[in-house]
Amino acid sequence: MSEVAVVGFAQAPNVRRTPGTTNGVEMLVPVFHRLLADTSLSKQDIGFWCSGSSDYLAGRAFSFIAAVDAIGAFPPIMESHVEMDAAWALYEAWVKIRTGEVETALVYGFGKSSAGELRRVMAMQMDPYLTTPLWPDTVGLAGLQARLGLDAGLWSQRDMAAVAAASRRAALSNADAQLSGETTVEELLRQPYIADPLRAHDCAPITDGAAAIILAAGDKARELSERPAWITGFEHRIDTPLIGARDLTTSPSTIAAAKAAGIDGVQVAELYAPFTHQEILLRQALGLGEEVRVNPSGGVLAGNPLFAAGLIRIGAAAAEIRAGRADKAMAHATSGPLLQQNLVCVLEGR
Amino acid sequence: MVTISSEPLSAPLNVGFDYTRSLGPVLGRFATGLREHKIAGVRGSDGRILVPPTEYDPVTAEKLTEFVDVATEGVVQTWSWIPQPLAGQPLQHPFAWALIKLDGADTGLLHAVDAGSPDRMSTGMRVRVRWAAEPIGSIRDIECFEPLDNEPTEREPGAGDPVTMVTTPIHLTYQHAASPEESRYLRGLAEGKLLGQRCPACEKVYIPPRGSCPTDGVPTEDEIELPDHGVVTTFCVVNVPFLGQRIKPPYVAAYILLEGADIAFLHLVLGCEASEVRMGMRVRAAWRPRDQWGTTLENIDHFEPTGEPDAPYESYSQHL
Ligand SMILES: [Zn+2]
Repeated sequence: MSEVAVVGFAQAPNVRRTPGTTNGVEMLVPVFHRLLADTSLSKQDIGFWCSGSSDYLAGRAFSFIAAVDAIGAFPPIMESHVEMDAAWALYEAWVKIRTGEVETALVYGFGKSSAGELRRVMAMQMDPYLTTPLWPDTVGLAGLQARLGLDAGLWSQRDMAAVAAASRRAALSNADAQLSGETTVEELLRQPYIADPLRAHDCAPITDGAAAIILAAGDKARELSERPAWITGFEHRIDTPLIGARDLTTSPSTIAAAKAAGIDGVQVAELYAPFTHQEILLRQALGLGEEVRVNPSGGVLAGNPLFAAGLIRIGAAAAEIRAGRADKAMAHATSGPLLQQNLVCVLEGR
Repeated sequence: MVTISSEPLSAPLNVGFDYTRSLGPVLGRFATGLREHKIAGVRGSDGRILVPPTEYDPVTAEKLTEFVDVATEGVVQTWSWIPQPLAGQPLQHPFAWALIKLDGADTGLLHAVDAGSPDRMSTGMRVRVRWAAEPIGSIRDIECFEPLDNEPTEREPGAGDPVTMVTTPIHLTYQHAASPEESRYLRGLAEGKLLGQRCPACEKVYIPPRGSCPTDGVPTEDEIELPDHGVVTTFCVVNVPFLGQRIKPPYVAAYILLEGADIAFLHLVLGCEASEVRMGMRVRAAWRPRDQWGTTLENIDHFEPTGEPDAPYESYSQHL
């Protein structure tokens, strides 16, 4: 089966609100333009297109159809869409190349999280019979998980603030980040709770954004990039949606996906942790030691464009490989309430 | 060239739908029990009592059938404090979300606790159900939980046939934005102008203009004012009544290709019998009175036949 590598990555700036449409066209057109220019490819060179986005975020049905305009979809192209983070669209594209059906693929994700009331919109991902009717909000739910870990001594509020401070510091070198800067744990701990035990800095910001990645097979990848980021492991797993029946202080599906993907020896990890305690939880679950650089991009605490943010983790991890700053990296993406579904992508340079 | 502000237009968009769902034997039994002030769990394949009950085991995916009633009192496993509740949540004053392990259960039920202040919340505290005033067989029959030292609120259970369906109203609010190109088009309509834009690559004229040409993937740019007449490229006769319909059937919905445009848009053709409408028929806009104009294509009430000879098929065949 074909080897597959990331050969290009571009993203729109992560911002609190764009004036643009929920179909993402305004954000995507410049991203595609830059990505194709960087790889010297034209749209005719792309064998398969796959996207991730959400109708609930857009507030209308089939919202991804309008986004297809941005890729110039006439004459007809081979195209697919997942109603999930585009990290899962990248999985579909990876399979398409592995099976030899195509040689190249462009994967994109976009979301205008600011269009609706995000904390309520996200209730639509819960069990629709017994949970959504209560309208549980994402921050309130995350607070339940954070407190379980606090009570169990797995992390402290100080540890959580330290994650936020480190994220903003790392994001100083990320031109597309929404939140960055120097701050201290003491300063963060003086802030009020927004959902005790969570403060604002414990939660990823509301972000509009978009991103795209180009994948290529074997020799094509070597032709397009001096140092492609080869995908050597790619797995996703899911836990029960019954949050009360899960051990919320860990993430069995992440552990299983990481084991199957083979993360031993990674030097960099880009983790999709929208809450500070979840970064600690994932580090503990994955057994990532101090030697592993976690979220050099700042992670989603520095900008969380829903449905693109998981894809951006893969793009950021691939960038570490392609720049020669790491030989082995992992990217993690999550979906569903409280780390229910998790995907792990392992990338290597050689 | 028309000079119009290019700041995108936006407006509130409220979407709502009452989802009606059939519950099946497991959730149906749970819902029926709630109406009678009983809480049913189900025994998992590892022996744990799962509350709320689940049709299949969360670990082994085995089908589960053994129901066990649990208590209406239990322990808070974890909680978070919501100082500003959102629309639709169980309480509209500050409350706590909690996972509550009811006595006899092994898993946590998500619900609200009405404790008044975060100082009265703690992990391990005991709480009891406060039932809703009018039980219907829904998770909302549990109004919330309350600390045991609260004065209990007495409520009557309900009765009736087993609950098989639940209706969950979903209402979401958005701020919908038009693209810069669409905004110029909509503002043009408010002045009685039909503005298209030309793709700089393929030179096709789109109305409404597009944020990106579907052939070339670039924003349309040059502005073109189009006339308010054109031809019917294709059409359908609507005979079926439906919710929200504004005109009595039968009537004609047609694709109208304005002269000079490369894409047709959907509008109504009135002013003749539905059976007289045909492909190639020349039509002209019937505008509403000027004082009713806004940033909408509804400024054109409908299109009507001009009476001129039909356009030859070749003149619009590539736009079908
Ligand atoms: Zn064009």
